[in-house]
Amino acid sequence: MAKADMMGASLWDAYSNKVTTLMNNPQHQGEIFEADAEGRGNKLIVADFGAESCGDAVRLYWEIDPKNDKIINSKFKSFGCGTAIASSDVMTELCIGKTVDEAVKITNIDVELALRDTPDVPAVPPQKMHCSVMAYDVIKKAAGLYKGVDADSFETEIIVCECARVSLGTLQEVIRLNDLTTVEQITDYTKAGGFCKSCIKPGGHEAMDYYLVDILADTRKEMEEEKMKAAADAKAAGGGKFEDMTLVQQIKAIDAVIDENVRQFLIMDGGDMEIIDIKKNDEYYDVYIRYLGSCDGCASSSTGTLYAIESTLQEKLSKQIRVLPI
Amino acid sequence: MQVYLDNNATTMCDPQVVEAMLPYFSEQYGNPNSLHKFGSSIHPAIMNAIDQTYTALNAADSDDIVFTSGATESNNWVIQSTWVDQILHGDKNHIVTTEVEHPAVLATCKFLEDQGVKVTYLPVNHEGVVEAHTVKSFITEKTALVSIMWASNETGMINPIKEIGEICKEKGVRFHTDGVQAIGKIPVDLQDVHVDFMSFSAHKFHGPKGIGGLYIKDSQALSPLLHGGSQMGGRRSGTLNVPYIIGMGKALELATQNIQATMASIRAKRDRLEDALLELSDTFVVGDRNNRTPNTILISIKGVEGEGMLWDLNNGQIGASTGSACASEDLEANSVMLAIGADNELAHTGIRLSLSRFTTDAEIDYVISHFKGAVERLRSISSSFAMQKPTEGGEVQECELHHH
Repeated sequence: MAKADMMGASLWDAYSNKVTTLMNNPQHQGEIFEADAEGRGNKLIVADFGAESCGDAVRLYWEIDPKNDKIINSKFKSFGCGTAIASSDVMTELCIGKTVDEAVKITNIDVELALRDTPDVPAVPPQKMHCSVMAYDVIKKAAGLYKGVDADSFETEIIVCECARVSLGTLQEVIRLNDLTTVEQITDYTKAGGFCKSCIKPGGHEAMDYYLVDILADTRKEMEEEKMKAAADAKAAGGGKFEDMTLVQQIKAIDAVIDENVRQFLIMDGGDMEIIDIKKNDEYYDVYIRYLGSCDGCASSSTGTLYAIESTLQEKLSKQIRVLPI
Repeated sequence: MQVYLDNNATTMCDPQVVEAMLPYFSEQYGNPNSLHKFGSSIHPAIMNAIDQTYTALNAADSDDIVFTSGATESNNWVIQSTWVDQILHGDKNHIVTTEVEHPAVLATCKFLEDQGVKVTYLPVNHEGVVEAHTVKSFITEKTALVSIMWASNETGMINPIKEIGEICKEKGVRFHTDGVQAIGKIPVDLQDVHVDFMSFSAHKFHGPKGIGGLYIKDSQALSPLLHGGSQMGGRRSGTLNVPYIIGMGKALELATQNIQATMASIRAKRDRLEDALLELSDTFVVGDRNNRTPNTILISIKGVEGEGMLWDLNNGQIGASTGSACASEDLEANSVMLAIGADNELAHTGIRLSLSRFTTDAEIDYVISHFKGAVERLRSISSSFAMQKPTEGGEVQECELHHH
């Protein structure tokens, strides 16, 4: 919520002058007919994307010189809102003069940038970013038709957020590196999910193959599993026998057991614990711990909870372990 | 010329209403609950507004009409207090409503669903009308409330409130209707129909925004939504909004006196506009105009997306409305459009035009001319009307946005 959100802001106020000018008077709307293109010795490609029943449809025309694959003329027809018309118009403009290989590199981000009045002010409000995605899709389709390949073959990575063009790989990496736990954080770091919101979770404007909620959950799960495995490896590195481990390995092993069996119950009650030191005392291993949060001073911390921690460590690691809270 | 054809969203406050309100801001500003003369001198004007309200709706003296901030509050009040009174503190657990209600009803019902209440959202027929027999078949012994709008804001279609009222009376279930789109557009006679509760908002019938009411038949029990200083007999706390109550009384009087003549006049203009727009090819209007509020047209124009059409109309100084998902903040498809669901195209091509008693014949002529021009321009751009067929393999059969 912000001050401006108290009023139902008008979508239209956020359009750039270029968007409104092209909505009112698109420069490249129209058709190219096959007979005319062939008469000029060129090849005509006509590609549709979307349909009236889904609220947006665009038809892209490319007249291509077969000698050098250059798009010498391009037109569009659009069933769509004003921003869809303006986006299609700029897309057509960007195609003219390029070869098919060059044109296929045009993305919706290029289209939106071309619609800006000033480089750092978006041309459309966030939820309208989506309108330019169709421009990108129809170009790929036209290029596929010309080259006789599937349109998806031009995509080198899996794009999860089409509006901001954020790939699955990028999302997984950002979640890991920054230890992200919420979708809002993902949007802050990558812009993914900040526009039409279809990619956040099922049930949005458009059905997707990947959703941010699932990617987050899966990546978090993988991270947890890796942590477990690392802990297990540390234990295995000591030959599996607690008594043979170095001090560092012993601490790691105890930490892993606490993580797996104990910590969640402490956290559930608003507390936690940390390992301070391990001291060899005759045949015993004295593990010094400190309680944190609500565990500190809790009556059970010197009775039931302490007994539970101690017996878990004894069972998993060594009968000789004693746990001593500081 | 500028023409406002979005009167189902809100209306111009009638200058006569503003005039009636003005003395109660800076001249007679007392609190009617005060004992001194600054307060008590307001009483006759408020009593007059109450009389105007009861007369306009033909409510009985034994009924309560409680002033609220508007129909959103009234709808929330009935539904949330039904939950408290009959579900939390009673043996009921079920509410019946329709898929096409205003968000003030739908979102409140969704909130109650989260609290564990069972809610049935009744379907509507292809004209957007809920049929009485459908209502009857979904009422159970556990049903605490039936909430069905009198007329639809989106389509103008009028539900069979009299029949539904009789069914609810017979079944012993309390019946609430959101009367926002009915008052001032069609006759509303609360002694002719059996309605336990009715919500309304003044700004829909040329009154001010932020004031409305809840009609409560036979002063029956309903826990308050707003607690406080026990104004309005303890039914709704908060200092009486004196100028607005007086304004609403005047607005109700103006909107309901001679309603047959007003309806005939609006209907004639609406029908002329509708007939002219239907001369365009590939268009259709939702719902039989004889069962529609006389000011409303929901028209679908093939090949013309709703927001684009709204844009062109706005360029011509015409204010209209669309249910198109593209025109909404969240890109959510309009639930009413989908509920009528003859085809998806309506959800993207529907334009709503809603007249008022202030709409003139000259304005209708202007709109007809400009509307046709806008359709011509947008169809000339539209892929739906393109001649050159796609390259083989380049066509799209159905909605293919979900493409990967």
